[in-house]
Amino acid sequence: MSTRSYRRIVADGFWYNNPGLVQLLGLCPLLAISGTVVNALGLGLATTLTLVASNLSVSAIRNWVRPEIRIPVYVLIIASVVTAIELAMNAYFHELYLILGIFIPLIVTNCAIIGRAEAFASKNSMPRALVDALAMGLGFTAVLVALGGLREALGQGTLFAQAHLMFGDMARGLTLTLVEDYRGFLLAVLPPGAFIGLGLLLALKNAVDEHLERRAARRRTAMAEQPQT
Amino acid sequence: MIRNVVISALLLALFGLTGAALVAAVHQGTQARIEANRKADTLERLHAILPEGEYDNAITQDTVRLSHPLLGGGERTVYRARRDGRPVAAVFSVVAHGGYAGDIKLLVGVRADGRVAGVRVVEHHETPGLGDGIEADKSDWIRGFDGRSLGDPPREDWAVRRDGGDFDQFTGATITPRAVVEAVRDTLIYFRDHRDQVFAQNRQNPGEAS
Repeated sequence: MSTRSYRRIVADGFWYNNPGLVQLLGLCPLLAISGTVVNALGLGLATTLTLVASNLSVSAIRNWVRPEIRIPVYVLIIASVVTAIELAMNAYFHELYLILGIFIPLIVTNCAIIGRAEAFASKNSMPRALVDALAMGLGFTAVLVALGGLREALGQGTLFAQAHLMFGDMARGLTLTLVEDYRGFLLAVLPPGAFIGLGLLLALKNAVDEHLERRAARRRTAMAEQPQT
Repeated sequence: MIRNVVISALLLALFGLTGAALVAAVHQGTQARIEANRKADTLERLHAILPEGEYDNAITQDTVRLSHPLLGGGERTVYRARRDGRPVAAVFSVVAHGGYAGDIKLLVGVRADGRVAGVRVVEHHETPGLGDGIEADKSDWIRGFDGRSLGDPPREDWAVRRDGGDFDQFTGATITPRAVVEAVRDTLIYFRDHRDQVFAQNRQNPGEAS
């Protein structure tokens, strides 16, 4: 079993193996809840919290749960954690809870979570599992927020609308109105806008990867051409 | 072999119990707050329709459940507002079935004299950008009902303009406003015909006196 460096775990979560952009896991909430930045952030953080709790528990029990019952055990852990988070959000972030609605309990079905439990946490120590959960969760959140920002800016001409749902009344002033009297761009708000936006983000990531790859290749040739002494 | 199966089963049961214990503990800890949130929600919605100072009873407790096709069928909650024991208004939670995408849940406030105190959408699935103009946050359309009654406009004009009525529809969305207008009209008709029943039922309700 290879032990990847922490640096590599973090880079994987945010970029090389990002749940949203590379593994394409959890697309249902990704597409449904990315209408505004605040919704995206709320669901992203709830998902991250679930990942942290489930990765830690799975890692803690990895040496004494028999392989044949590991999947049901993971499901039990994830389901209890999500239910607890749902109750807590209902109590402390009530309005955000009302907006996110069914997508909070549906975190249970986000394949990214059981995927990390099976592929990483069940084979790694607790600190590693924690870092992996944070990297994967925040990587997922970053994609959600990027898509949310894109759709909110295009669709409503604002950013951080309804920020008070998450950060309390202090944050009411956070809302940025990008274009005064914006008439709205319906396509960006509707589900097709989510698909198109995600497609654009994927294309952007691939273009960046390709660019980096080409630069690395150039550097390799340059190195090879240097006279050897 | 059997031993392994038993151990696995016991382990699973243990995890099930742990999970249930966690959920139960969180539930215990948050229950009161969730209940308070729910109540605050209802009260805030009611106050958007009927200002706080206009009545003096515990409106969330002075309720009655009525069932009638005009209210969308099924059991519907009605909140009664009173002042010094006299009826001020009734807020009906009704359902409009004719929406473009499923039912639209509304709160319709009717004053004791039959005028509309206010209407708010509680839940809907109408198209964003087209049908969601019925939300008070998105447009002022829903406030157009304030102060109207069955005589104003006349009953046959309780319809959207497309149907020859008195209420605006939205560009690109007629079905949603039509459903809301009809639901409000039906509530007013129900109120006119059952006014005494709406306020009289459940007289023993302790909330009424407070």
